[in-house]
Amino acid sequence: MSFDPRTAETAIERPAPLFPRQFQQDRTLGLVIGVLCFLACLCAVAALASDRAASGWRRELGASATVQVRPKAGETPSEAADRAAEALAGAKGVAEARALDREAAERLLEPWLGKGNIPDDLPLPRLVVVDLDRQHPADAAALNQALSAAGVDASVDDHGRWIADVRRTGDIARAAALGALLLFAMTAGAVIAFATRATLQTQRDVVEVLHLAGAQDRFVVKLVRRRFAILAGQAGLFGAATAAALAALMKLFGGENGLTPVLPLAWIDLLAVLPCPLLAAAVAAIAVRRAAMSILKAA
Amino acid sequence: MTRHGADFAMAEPASADTPVVSFQGVGMRYGRAPEVLRDIDLTLTQGSFHFLTGPSGAGKSSLLKLIYLAHQPSRGLIRLFGQEAATLPRAALPALRRRMGVVFQEYRLLDHLTVFDNAALPLRVAGGRFDEYRQDVIELLAWVGLGHKISAMPATLSGGEKQRLAVARAVVGKPDLLLVDEPTGNVDQEMGRRILRLLKELNRMGSTVLVASHDVALVEESGSPILTLKGGRLGGPQDGPLP
Repeated sequence: MSFDPRTAETAIERPAPLFPRQFQQDRTLGLVIGVLCFLACLCAVAALASDRAASGWRRELGASATVQVRPKAGETPSEAADRAAEALAGAKGVAEARALDREAAERLLEPWLGKGNIPDDLPLPRLVVVDLDRQHPADAAALNQALSAAGVDASVDDHGRWIADVRRTGDIARAAALGALLLFAMTAGAVIAFATRATLQTQRDVVEVLHLAGAQDRFVVKLVRRRFAILAGQAGLFGAATAAALAALMKLFGGENGLTPVLPLAWIDLLAVLPCPLLAAAVAAIAVRRAAMSILKAA
Repeated sequence: MTRHGADFAMAEPASADTPVVSFQGVGMRYGRAPEVLRDIDLTLTQGSFHFLTGPSGAGKSSLLKLIYLAHQPSRGLIRLFGQEAATLPRAALPALRRRMGVVFQEYRLLDHLTVFDNAALPLRVAGGRFDEYRQDVIELLAWVGLGHKISAMPATLSGGEKQRLAVARAVVGKPDLLLVDEPTGNVDQEMGRRILRLLKELNRMGSTVLVASHDVALVEESGSPILTLKGGRLGGPQDGPLP
């Protein structure tokens, strides 16, 4: 057969990958990484949403206080409550203070005692609801000082305990999300390290020929790393896109708050999935390097 | 075509006086089995051309393995290009290996790569750029009679074609030391002569060549010095013909 160099040159356009493609293994690995990335992205979006919910609750609780008034001798509860509301309304850092009448106090008890089950002669604590100035809210001490100055016997609940609980819950949710993300990353790393070992084991002959041709360990590692980093990046893109699509559906069809008031999704939360492909590729690169170098050095 | 790879600077250049290969009292064994090579003393000077002969199982391939650093000696001293091989760190081995070209008896071609990619492997490993080596590799493949098969996969090649491809891969980087294990085992006489001419040509260009062969006709025809392995011990060198 005659040889034409020009034909030969056009037949060879670029070098082939030195490691043979393993379609079955790559597909399975891609699926596993993709699912892990999908879960990690959902986790990140949920963490952002729960953080927003916690912030909202903290803001609401911190913007008001409740004062329980104890009437003095010869004073009716309503009078005491009105006096307390008046004293608090003029205090610095208070936007509005209003005394709850008996009917309002009964409504607060209805969930526990039922409607119409509260006897008329049952003494009820009288409450004053205080809306605080959003910019410069008064603290419990300032409210107590205003009440003392007006000679009102009352106790102030600035919702501090609830705020602390909400903050702690938010912190736990954030830490749990971060822990879950780390766990997903470690799982992905372990899976890729396993696949690296399998690849180097099944392609032992290729590795040996490369070494005999003068390849450094890092050259071999680079080949495997490139392959798995690309695979993980693609799987990360798939997982991130799927998670973003699901979150968008939740936002669109989940009602006013995105899904529930507990998880108020915002469109901007979807941006949290953007780093996923890059992170997946980085995790793969690190996992391959560690696994491959240890295998090659031990060989 | 570049003669050396990217980090050849790590290896000492062999001067005319420095033996390319030097063995002193070298032994070799596989696992705990008895030694297959014993008390090997061998010196290959730069630019020399030797045949290594001996009956099957005499240890020809094992001797080549020691030279291309695929196996550790059980005793003795091996120096390659002036460097003591046993004390070299693992990271220094690739630089030495890139100064060698090896034609393996069983070819060791990569089945998932085309003829072109197999032949270009040493250049690629040495960091060569595809655009720079493409033409050289195509010409070399044409020279060994594989120009029309550059896109073929090794599985579709005959034994002789595989052998020629293995030779092309070994010589593509114009190595300082060329080790050839049974180069004519699967080729016809004409191709055998052609391969020998290629080896001689590379030798004339400065490559040190060691050819392990039991092809008596080829060895006698070449008129090159002969090293004979028998029972794991080395005799010679002697100038052909074979006794």
